[in-house]
Order: sequence, then C-alpha cells, then structure tokens
Amino acid sequence: MGRPPWPLLIPAVIGMAFLVLPLAGLLVRAPWSTLPSRLAGAQVLEALRLSLVTATVATAVCLLLGVPLAWLLARVSFPGRRVVRALITVPLVLPPVVGGVALLLVLGRRGLVGQWLDATFGVSLPFTTAGVVVAEAFVAMPFLVISVEGALRGADPRFEEAAATLGASRWTVFHRVTLPLVAPGVVAGAVLCWARALGEFGATITFAGNFPGRTQTMPLAVYLALETDPESAIVLSLVLLVVSVAILAALRDRWVTSP
Amino acid sequence: MFRRLSRWAVAAPVVLALATGLSGCGSGEPAATASSPTSASTTAPAEATTLNVFAAASLTGTFTELGKAFEAAHPGASVRFNFGSSATLAQQITQGAPADVFAAASPATMKTVTDASLAASPVTFVRNKLEIAVPPDNPAKVDALSDLADPKVKVALCAAQVPCGAAAVKALDAAGVTVKPVTLEQDVKATLTKVQLGEVDAALVYKTDVLASQGKVTGIAFPEADKAVNDYPIAPLSNASAPGLAQQFVDLVLSQQGRDVLGKAGFETP
Amino acid sequence: MSGSGAADGGGLRARLVVTRAAFVLDIELEVAPGEVLALLGPNGAGKTTALRALAGLAALSEGGRIGLDGRPLHDLPAELRPIGMVFQDYLLFPHLSALDNVAFGPRCHGASKAEARRTAAALLERVGLSAHASARPGTLSGGQAQRVALARALAVGPRLLLLDEPLAALDAHTRLEIRSQLRRHLDDFDGAAVLVTHDPLDAMVLADRLVVVEDGAIVQTGPPAEVARRPRTDYVARLVGLNLYRGTASDRRVEVGGMSFSVVEHLQGPAFVAFSPAAVALYRARPDGTPRNLWQARIEGIERHGDNVRVHLEGPITAFADITPAAVADLDLTPGQAIWASVKATETHAYPA
Repeated sequence: MGRPPWPLLIPAVIGMAFLVLPLAGLLVRAPWSTLPSRLAGAQVLEALRLSLVTATVATAVCLLLGVPLAWLLARVSFPGRRVVRALITVPLVLPPVVGGVALLLVLGRRGLVGQWLDATFGVSLPFTTAGVVVAEAFVAMPFLVISVEGALRGADPRFEEAAATLGASRWTVFHRVTLPLVAPGVVAGAVLCWARALGEFGATITFAGNFPGRTQTMPLAVYLALETDPESAIVLSLVLLVVSVAILAALRDRWVTSP
Repeated sequence: MFRRLSRWAVAAPVVLALATGLSGCGSGEPAATASSPTSASTTAPAEATTLNVFAAASLTGTFTELGKAFEAAHPGASVRFNFGSSATLAQQITQGAPADVFAAASPATMKTVTDASLAASPVTFVRNKLEIAVPPDNPAKVDALSDLADPKVKVALCAAQVPCGAAAVKALDAAGVTVKPVTLEQDVKATLTKVQLGEVDAALVYKTDVLASQGKVTGIAFPEADKAVNDYPIAPLSNASAPGLAQQFVDLVLSQQGRDVLGKAGFETP
Repeated sequence: MSGSGAADGGGLRARLVVTRAAFVLDIELEVAPGEVLALLGPNGAGKTTALRALAGLAALSEGGRIGLDGRPLHDLPAELRPIGMVFQDYLLFPHLSALDNVAFGPRCHGASKAEARRTAAALLERVGLSAHASARPGTLSGGQAQRVALARALAVGPRLLLLDEPLAALDAHTRLEIRSQLRRHLDDFDGAAVLVTHDPLDAMVLADRLVVVEDGAIVQTGPPAEVARRPRTDYVARLVGLNLYRGTASDRRVEVGGMSFSVVEHLQGPAFVAFSPAAVALYRARPDGTPRNLWQARIEGIERHGDNVRVHLEGPITAFADITPAAVADLDLTPGQAIWASVKATETHAYPA
C-alpha cells in the first residue's frame, strides 16, 4: 500500500493534535501533589458513581426506545417520516440548557405531562436521579438512533426476506436476524450515547438540578468546583476522563473485534 | 455517476484542507499584516476607543443602560460587555482575557483578580440583599424564612460555591433555620428559573433578580437578609488597554447617575 | 409430468400479475407435485419478479392469484406460505452457524431448539455437510453454501420450492458437481418446484418443463428437449445454439426473406426453420453437385467458439456457421469477404409457427 499520502496524513495529524492537546493541558496543569487528598472527598466518589449509574441507565433507556425508533425510520415508510427524522436531531442542535427547560415544560411539576404524572402517580421527575436519567437520555438518544438507523439502512434487507420465507414473523426477523446483523452499529451507537450521557451537563442541571448524591453528576461537580477551585475541577475532569476511557477501551476489546 | 460523486465528496475536504493549509504555511507575512489593524487599535500608544467590561450576570440590565449613557457621554468610545458568573469572569481575566473593568458579585471573586496583581483597590459600589422568591400564586403559602424548613416545601438554593449560595448559607445560619433544598443551582438565574416554572415553591435569590423578573416571581423580604449582604466590588484592571476610559467608566458607576440606575433595579448603594 | 396434476388440485396453479412502471409481468404457471418447472429468460424478463411474487416478497397486482394444493396463497404474507426459497447468493445468515441457519426455519415453525437442530442435522447430512455444521457461512465454499441454502429451504418441509439462479454464483467446475447433486435432491422433493435460470444447461438438466419468459410474458413452454429442438424465439434459438427463421411453408419448401429453404417436413402456412451452425458449410467458390440450400453471404465477424470458430454471416439471411480452425485457414476467411454458404435439407428442422 505504501506510505499514507500527505494530503491525508497532515490534516489527520493536525486533527489528532487538536483533539488530544486539550487533554494534555489538563494533565500538565493537574495538581499532582494534592491529588490523592482531593480524590478522597466523599463527594467525588458519590458524583462518579452517580455519573456512571445514570449514564448506563440512560443508555439502556435509549437502547430500549431508540433501537425500535431507528427500525421504524429505516424499515417502515409512513407519512411524515422525513419530518420525524429531522425532529430526532433536535436535541443535537438544541443548547442542552434549553433542552433542560423544554423538559421542565413537559415533565416538570407544572409541565404538560408532568402535571398529570404528579396528580395521578405522585411522581415528580425534576430534582431526582430519575430526572438525571431523563435529561441524559434526551440529549444522548439521537446519537444512538442515528447510528442504528445508518446501520439498518446499510444492512441488506434481503436477509430479512430470506427469514420471512423461512416462516419468521416480523418480530422474529427483527430480533433473530436484523438485530444481530446491525449489532456493530448498535454497539457503536450505544458507546456514543453513553459517552454523551456521561458528559451531559446543561440539560441535567436545568432539569434535574444539582444536589450531591442525588443529582450531582461529575460534570456538575466539575462546573461548581470551577467556581471556587479550578484545580479541583481539573482533578474531577481527569477522574471522569480516565474512568470513561478505561471503560470504553475494555468494552471495545470485549465487543468490537478489530479487523 | 455515484462513483464520481463519492470521489468528489472525499476530495472536497482534502482540497479545502490543502487550500487552507497552504495559505497557512506560506503566508506568515500576510497574516501578520492582516491582523495588524486590530493589534494597532489595542496596543497603540494612543488610547483605545473600545472598553471591555467584565461584569457579574446580575448587572446585565443596569450596566447595559450605563454603557449606553457612557457611549453618549464619550463620543467615539464604545463599551463591550461580557456578562457571566463572577468566578468564570475572574478566571478568564487571570488567563489573559482582554478586560478593562471588572465588576464582581462578591469580594471573593474580585480577590482572585487582585491576588494575581491584575487590579488594585477595588471599590464596593452596590450591595445586594436576598429575598425569598415564590411563584405568584405562592402554592406553599410561604411568608417567612422559617417556612422554608418545612419538608413539604420544595426549596432551591444557589450552590455554596457561587455568591448567592454563600449568602443564603449565611442568612439561614443567622436565622437558625435548617433547610433541605431539592437542588443547589449553579447560578442565581437558574435558581430563579426554577421558581418561575413552578418547579420549586421557594428560593433564595437577590432582590434585584426578583425586580428584574417583572412579576413572574414574588419577592418576600426577611430580616435576616441584612446579615448576608453581598458586596459588589468594581475595579479598573491594571493592564487595561484603555486605562483612561476604564477609570471614567468606574467613575460613572460610582456617580449619582450610576447610583440612580442601580438603585432603581433594587441594589442598595453604600 | 405435463402439469396435468395441477388441474386436479395438487401442485401450483398461479397467474402472476405484477405491474410496475414501464414493466408488466403477466404469466400463468401450473406445476404438478414432484414436477420441476424452469423459468428461463433473458435478464429483465421478469423471472425473479415471478419467483418473488410466488414467495410473497413482491405484491401481486389486480388479477393475480396463486393456488397451492388447492388453497389460495396470494392473501398470505411470505412467512405464512408453505414455501422454501433458495436465493441467488444464498443469503445465509452470517451470524449463525450452518446448523443454526438450517434450524432457523423449523424454529420459526414452532419446533423446540433441540428438535429444530435434529431436523437441521439430518438435512445437512443429506447434503453431505455434517462436518461443517458448526461453520459460519463466511468460511464455507460457494458449493457448500449452496447446499446449506438448499438444506435451509427444505428444512421447513415446503410444498413449493423456489430456486433463484441456484447455480449462478458458482464457478464452472463446482457448478457441474452441484448441478447433478441438485438434480438428485429435486428428484427426491415431492412438492412443486420452480427454478429461475438464464442458463439453458441448468434448465435442461434440472427441469421437467421449461417456461420461457420474455418481456413479462410467456413465449414458449414445453419439455426441455422439445424447446431445444424447436425454439420459437430468437432468444431461445440463441440459448440452444440454433439458427432460427420464421417464414411461410408450402409443402417441402419454406420461404424466408429472399431465401427458399428445402426441408424434409411437409408443412403449410407459417413455419419455423431451424438448423445448427455446425450444419453450415462454407465455400470460397460456388460449389457444384447436389441441390442444396445455397446462398451467397458476407462475413461480418469471426470469433472463437469452444474448440471451433463461429462465423457471423450476413446476406439474405443472418446466420452463424461453426467451422474448424483448420477450415478457417484453408478458406483464408477475413471479415467483409463474400462467401458461399450451404446447409443440407436433412440438417434442417421445420415446424409450424
């Protein structure tokens, strides 16, 4: 194959540096000497645990709702499909804080649906851990839907036809043929989704508020630390980074077999 | 056809990258020339005509008004504001952001800047007092600070790391009231939003924020607020590009005209 | 064998109507139980569309109907039709082993996992692939994949077996072997079978009866030998390698364009004349002797054809002549050259059009 051509190599290296250098900045400025004592704070572990739990639950929610949605968009033609597809990207372009306000308007105590939830079930989502999951899922789901839909569109639909001629119902076709075929796309989407949920800040703090142990995830802790103690913020960011990179690397080895 | 299209799709970004890359490599000189007009306007010995004011978010309304008055009084000068969380602004200034004046919502955030020897002798120009903010219909029937201790009342406070949160802690301590808030918001505007949307029954915010909400929340004054008064310091910055204008702006804020504008918004002037 | 079995309720009786933009398929098929019908035709003739319509993968238009063993099929979705289908590129599920591919159908039909696997194992044994039961499709050779695909289609116990170009993806050597194996499996199959192919040899070997489809309509039907001997369209004639002309017969002569053919059959009215390219003799000068079908032609092109050389002739009729390379050298043939061509009356075959 020879050497990679320089019109590709040079932008690639610049792109990589652009993504990696800020991380190097964090590492250089990290207060290494006081790091252990800063990490020992109970709130750090609490926030980290909450972040991991909520991001994982949010990803599960996104899988549960997003994969069928992606299937619908890729496999069933219905009026307004293009509009729905465009609407799904709304959480991507919406500033997350606005997304949080929008969630409050719908699911808040006086929101369109929230009012009813409160009156009927006594359920109120804002300021709860469930609210964090809702905010994260709202912001992260487009990543999953878009990558799964892409995988579905790329998958050969004739495999599904073959399954139908063997007597498989649409549901059987979906879970025994379609899903395994697009599994790499689902995994990739779930990873993106999880990463986005883990870093979620704006919608979370707006919809779920900020309370240690209940709704204060790592990004919220980082933001508030930044107000008074930037060095702590760097430490918290590094912890979040190391943990997420470690988890993603481990998952990659487990699920995504590199060619 | 598709083949050709897809080849173009791949080629286009590369061509773009090449074009920009080439102009980037070969144009050290032109680039410097291109940027020289701006650098001249900020580093020339002659005084710059643009004044950069970094001010706490709670000053947005009043300072915008004062900025217009300043421009009217100083033909040719223009005032640019950067409103935000005082702590964020202080960090931007210490990281070298181009600022001429800093108006902070707390002495602590101003201290970050004075500690870095970027400002000398800040002056307290206003004080802000807390009030209890409730939705107009006041669903939890709150009328005193002690009502916030009721576990059935949902309360939002600012996080202790930001000035309004620090003040809230002080006021509650002074009153001997223990509150279990449902959330510790990142700034006073976010706290106010929660009241406006009816997500909480009450919150502790600044009197100025209650006034600025124009009736969307109702403010309830409480005596312990006097124990937690927030001082707003202002200072021209030592490496200002427009030191003369900076001092004149600070003077305007401290003048009777400035006090009138700020007082109307609910600030207490010393 | 002639499809008469379909008349008394068994087997397949179908009228396939599929209307698309700029294309209409409208054919009637009858296939008796145990009979293998081949749909033969050029690309785009509608063969695969017909097969997909039978499978329920393409919707029938107004007027279309499918009956199998006396029961209407056209209202059922694909998954409820008692069919088995072998796709052109097999479409084995890449994430399942060969065994699980074959067990897929029985599982969908309600068999337990163990039961389905037993059925699948027995079928894999029948097609000689027991050793590859746990292999992923990606690791199988083309011939093996084809046999797994056949086993998978047979595993559901279909009453109608559909095969879409089952040998097209195989190389020549494998094809020979798989073709004869497939013939055996088709002989064992007691339901109706419909095979789509554009390869006349596949059709001849595998099918009991041919249906030739061109432009969405049936142009000829009959047993393979009959179709091969008496082509009725240029397409079929080319497939079976005959020169074919349509003309008007009057006793033992058939007038074709500017030519008058002597034939052995007594015929009247519209008729076909067919003869093999190998029956055409070429001469530089006008030959003397017995009366033959003789005409003067111009050489349009010369190309290799197997071990022989195929000469394209223009003139009163367009014809192919197959001659040996040695003859090409003797005659010193070049394109554009004028030449005499002849064919014996006994080498022609004439039949009513």
